[in-house]
Amino acid sequence: MKSSTSPSSFPKPEIGKEMKGAECVVECLVREGVDVIFAYPGGASQELHQALARTDKIRVILPRHEQGGSFAAEGYARATGKVGVCMATSGPGATNLVSAIADAYMDSIPLVAITGQVYSKYIGKSAFQETDFFGMTLPVVKHSYLVMNVHDLPRIFKEAFHLARSGRPGPVVIDIPKDVQQSRFSPVFPATVEFRNPVVSETPSATDEQLKQVLALIAEAKRPVLYVGGGIISAEAHDDLKAFAERTNIPVATTLMGVGAFPETHPLSMKWFGMHGTAYGNWAVDQSDLVLCFGARFDDRITGDVSRFAAGAKIVHIDIDTSEHNKNKRVAYPINADIKQALSRMNELMAASKFAAPDTQAWHDQIAKWKKEHPFSFDESKHIVPQEAVQALYELTKGDAIIATGVGQHQMWTAQFYDFAKPRRYISSLGLGAMGFGYPAALGAKVACPDKQVIDIDGDGSFMMNIQELATAKIEGIAAKAMILNNQHLGMVVQWEDRFYGSVRGNTILGDENNVGGPDNPSALYPDFVKIAEGFGIKGRRVIKRSELREAIQEMLDHPGPFVLDVVVPYTEHVMPMIPAGRTVKDMILK
Amino acid sequence: MRHTISVLVENKFGVLARVSGMFSGRGFNIDTLNVAPTHDATLSRITVVLKGDDAALDMVTKQLRKLVNVVEVVDFKEGQAVQRELLLVKVKADGKTRSEILQIADIFRAKIVNVAHDSLIAEVTGDEGKLAAFLKLLEPFGILELARTGQLALKR
Repeated sequence: MKSSTSPSSFPKPEIGKEMKGAECVVECLVREGVDVIFAYPGGASQELHQALARTDKIRVILPRHEQGGSFAAEGYARATGKVGVCMATSGPGATNLVSAIADAYMDSIPLVAITGQVYSKYIGKSAFQETDFFGMTLPVVKHSYLVMNVHDLPRIFKEAFHLARSGRPGPVVIDIPKDVQQSRFSPVFPATVEFRNPVVSETPSATDEQLKQVLALIAEAKRPVLYVGGGIISAEAHDDLKAFAERTNIPVATTLMGVGAFPETHPLSMKWFGMHGTAYGNWAVDQSDLVLCFGARFDDRITGDVSRFAAGAKIVHIDIDTSEHNKNKRVAYPINADIKQALSRMNELMAASKFAAPDTQAWHDQIAKWKKEHPFSFDESKHIVPQEAVQALYELTKGDAIIATGVGQHQMWTAQFYDFAKPRRYISSLGLGAMGFGYPAALGAKVACPDKQVIDIDGDGSFMMNIQELATAKIEGIAAKAMILNNQHLGMVVQWEDRFYGSVRGNTILGDENNVGGPDNPSALYPDFVKIAEGFGIKGRRVIKRSELREAIQEMLDHPGPFVLDVVVPYTEHVMPMIPAGRTVKDMILK
Repeated sequence: MRHTISVLVENKFGVLARVSGMFSGRGFNIDTLNVAPTHDATLSRITVVLKGDDAALDMVTKQLRKLVNVVEVVDFKEGQAVQRELLLVKVKADGKTRSEILQIADIFRAKIVNVAHDSLIAEVTGDEGKLAAFLKLLEPFGILELARTGQLALKR
């Protein structure tokens, strides 16, 4: 049995004074270092809110929908690496958290979701606002608890936070019946957590033998590439990765989860690859003879037809979660390790053995040629095109903002035309692809990083899905900005309609389909986002003319509070390049 | 391929749901499933028998090992484990057929655990093949009800 301590400042088990269960929950949160919680009250969580109202150590932010609150908690977690915490009442409050829990599960984000539950004597009786939340969330949690005994609360909270942030991070649910919140008891706060499961207890390490084999493969490689994912960011291994890539002189392509794991402004960067990634990144991985996959999982949006992915390459796959090995792609060299340990140890081994990087000049020349010939690009128009708006924002923020997104075309264009030089700057729902993620996630990131410029680049469809969070921004004084690339359509679905369905519109027009708004028909634009913002007490501006774009973005950036910038763009732009789903690099559409 | 997977778990709320969900969420149909506490009352052993290709089963066992309340997972290969199942069968039996059924039961070392004027209940233990042969012989008499534990397995 292994045990490990979490970063608590309480080294020994400690008996607390007599308190209610709800007060104990607050005490546990404080001990875990929680300084903010996104929580919407209701009957079954009211006791918890009462206890929170009596502490000044935790800021409680009231979202306007539980989904918004839970996405905000994720934004907080993604921007900092700390555990995000959200809370809701039983029944509908809890069910509204499910999307964010599933999202955190897919993208390995540390999240603790606390829910009130009906009195334990009513469980299973179809009581008012009762759902089996424990059962409902089983497939999308790292772990979960239904607290039936108040004395278990301190241990459960300590375990939950440890599980959420350790190993491969993920969401943990704690469901607490109201009578447990009300019970009075003397809590015993444990100093350590213990698990009987060996996989959960230990952080896996690579052996020197394994790592020397990887270095031997590198020494022989002619066309090596690094394919790195969100694991680098979770493990805080970006500096180790940079040293490793520079020492071995291997070009780096990230996944979308890995955006920022390696500076996109670095000469070795091939930005990100996959369905809408760089042509050169995709070609490099396709033609590589050695793929070093670190902290990524061979997602279908990366590989296309997985059987033909990197077909000529030896593949090394280092991951902290061994269940990812050979799950999507069979590889010759699976290594189960914390990527920070593996990278830092390889850097040490290279230094000790005076490792010489292989001569791969021809390979670098080839990639440089591809980069020159096929960068991300777009055609200028008399209108503002969405790519241009992202590029302008990149220039005006000098690449130094935290950017959240919704899901769709704008999400891809953001990753294409904003260069991220640091981790935790591109905050996006990638595995689940949950529309409505952007603005609440931006709120969470802004709360975590109040001194940074935080902007949600959103689509008009996605923004509408959690537009009520403008009220949270106003009332809580959270100066997150929204730049809507408003094309009056569900752009990504429209793109697929245009490419694969003969442009038949299947419910993809967001306004009046007989009078579609756009830069050439501004009177039909729907809805009026500036008026909506005004209704929430938030400053807004619509920009249609190219000549006013930069000045409008600057006004948004200079405004001290939250701001909605409605950028009207044509719906006819497609995200390029594109590898159609299930196909290969050979099928990549460049224009 | 038929697999027998033995999962040692903490005897806690919801563990069976997590383990069985790992199979159902990946489209496996479980043939037999048995759960009971071990000599250590804080631990239970879940024995699952199912069909599936080796790569898919390898994935499931790795996923099972990640579950916080799982202590150990073993996927037994052919012959690695002693496997037994216990079966209770209620069969039609009247004055004319009872002695013939008792003879069959005797050959299979089955115990008669209940006798009524028109039926009896036999208890038999064995591997899968033995139980199948026993049931086949009883079939002509009329099987009324059947309950079985599913396979249990322990490493040799």
